[in-house]
Amino acid sequence: MTTIWIPQDAAARSLGADLVSQAIADQAAARGLSLDLRRNGSRGMLFLEPLVEVLTPTGRVGYGPVQVQDIPGLFEAGFLDGRAHDKNIGLVEEHPWMKGQDRLVNARVGLIEPLSFAQWTENGGGAGLAAARCLRPEQIVQLVTDSGLRGRGGAGFPTGIKWKTVLDTPADQKYIVCNADEGDSGTFSDRMLMEGDPFTLFEGMAIAGLAVGADLGYIYLRSEYPNCERVLKAALPVARENGLLGPQFDIVLRRGAGSYVCGEETALLESLEGRRGQVRPRPPMPAQVGLFGKPTALNNVVTLGSVPAILAQGAQAYAARGVGRSKGTLPIQLAGNIRRGGLVELPFGITLRALVEDWGGGTRSGLPVRAVQVGGPLGSWLPASALDVPLDYEALSANGAILGHGGIVVVDERADMASLARYAMEFCAVESCGKCTPCRIGSTRGVEVIDRILAGDRPPAQVALLRDLCDTLSQASLCALGGLTPLPVLSALDHFPEDFGLAPKPTPPEVSGPEARDV
Amino acid sequence: MDTTLAITAALDAHQGEAGALLPVLHDIQDALGFIPPQHLDVIAAALNLSRAEVHGVISFYHDFRTEPPGRHRLKLCRAEACQAVGSSALQDHALRRLGLKAPGTSANGAVTVEHVYCLGNCALSPAVMLDGQLHGMVDAARLDALLDALERS
Repeated sequence: MTTIWIPQDAAARSLGADLVSQAIADQAAARGLSLDLRRNGSRGMLFLEPLVEVLTPTGRVGYGPVQVQDIPGLFEAGFLDGRAHDKNIGLVEEHPWMKGQDRLVNARVGLIEPLSFAQWTENGGGAGLAAARCLRPEQIVQLVTDSGLRGRGGAGFPTGIKWKTVLDTPADQKYIVCNADEGDSGTFSDRMLMEGDPFTLFEGMAIAGLAVGADLGYIYLRSEYPNCERVLKAALPVARENGLLGPQFDIVLRRGAGSYVCGEETALLESLEGRRGQVRPRPPMPAQVGLFGKPTALNNVVTLGSVPAILAQGAQAYAARGVGRSKGTLPIQLAGNIRRGGLVELPFGITLRALVEDWGGGTRSGLPVRAVQVGGPLGSWLPASALDVPLDYEALSANGAILGHGGIVVVDERADMASLARYAMEFCAVESCGKCTPCRIGSTRGVEVIDRILAGDRPPAQVALLRDLCDTLSQASLCALGGLTPLPVLSALDHFPEDFGLAPKPTPPEVSGPEARDV
Repeated sequence: MDTTLAITAALDAHQGEAGALLPVLHDIQDALGFIPPQHLDVIAAALNLSRAEVHGVISFYHDFRTEPPGRHRLKLCRAEACQAVGSSALQDHALRRLGLKAPGTSANGAVTVEHVYCLGNCALSPAVMLDGQLHGMVDAARLDALLDALERS
């Protein structure tokens, strides 16, 4: 009996993976063949989804992107034996996209059935928690500190230091909270890990619980991820049956309600407590006074998902990867107008150019890259000329940008950067929690001022006003929503003044001969 | 589903749970499609909250609604990754086809259109979600096919 793998990841399903799965089952039945049809997570090669894998004596051979109409042809070509077909991509593990990666967090994503505890342990799952159970809490915290792991949600705060604060704060109850409110445009690595390997997240949370002395964890999952919610809901009882979770540490799954600002840690805590997701002033930090007033280790999905590998392989192995103060690996997400979009896990230090051009293959439209936005809606727009910056916290910061959650959105030369700047202000206005004035009022004023610039209403005076407003937002906002909205706005203004009517449009180079055609 | 039953079931399911308001509201909306505003007192009393607190939470979150939605819900992503590949034109097309000027419910009550900011399918943009099912690389023709299928059903 041949084993076939078809992803049940939301992205694969968004292109018809369920229909493909059904069509393969039907076709096999019609031919009297019996198949062992399994649903895995996605390998992250989203440009090949739906990617169907067939187990052969030499390994798993991939076919993608597969559409329902390809199925009869695939059977005719002998795909069940891994035979040639124009959708055949060869052995999946040998594909350049897979081979070039260093997958620690995503080691099992796409490889296993997400709800199979047996497959999870056979492939190294649980080794981190087993190691942690042999250590004292302060030893776990030290190990995570030594690994150099920093928060992958965006702020980049050292995880070990956060955990030490929770460990050192005496309390009758402590909590682990997993921030799964992955709201940044261009990001989906949290979703892919949770859908493809949920037990690894649970394992990371259980290790965090041992480290800080917490017996209960919450996952705050955004409501835009119903497929993910189904996987997590199904995975929790399996984890309990197999002793990964239980009386010593258990997890409650909570659904958000469509608020971007609830990805901010204190707004998230308010939301978990049943209130409007309004930001709390800090200090006190959540590590000291967090959920329900108790010390709380609040970390992003990928941060927690990185912890099992650190415990299993040691702090040095993790810290040996990366550059400078950006240690370890980062799941990078290539998104927007990109030819080969998907998830790539690599050590820090690769340049944006290598990611966009080599991994991503340039734009999907085939037109030149105009700009890329790193780190979601609060990240700077970097012009195509600035893509040689390496991906690490400090290098991006030195270039006036942020790493955020590692998402990269590409736009081609047709993009209107003024409209994207206006959108950034509008987004801030829609999503502002309303607690602080700069963000609540400033974002709406920002939209108005940009509109006046675009209408040609005394542009120099309006630009001065916009910069002044952005200064107020960045200096006086309570959290990153208001504080960082100036980044996409001002980076667009500074790099692309011609889109705001503030500089002449550069004349396109004259094209002639066979290259000349309408685009 | 009966309104009172749905509310009682939601309250029972989360009785004694810390910070239960959001789970309760989600359960009610999952069952009824919206949160009937005339029943806020019951929810507030059961959770030992004021009516204002419950109203405040419902009005804060984009997901919660106090009016029945259309029979189908279409979420259109407005975020940058989708804009990069033409989501604005796709949204104009969707609204035009449904006879809407802005997000809302079509006149025949069939479809409620909502804007969302990221569905997490950013490598396969533009993304839309129809009745909880995510769709990727959606152009006008694919969207029309999805809406045609709704009309036939």
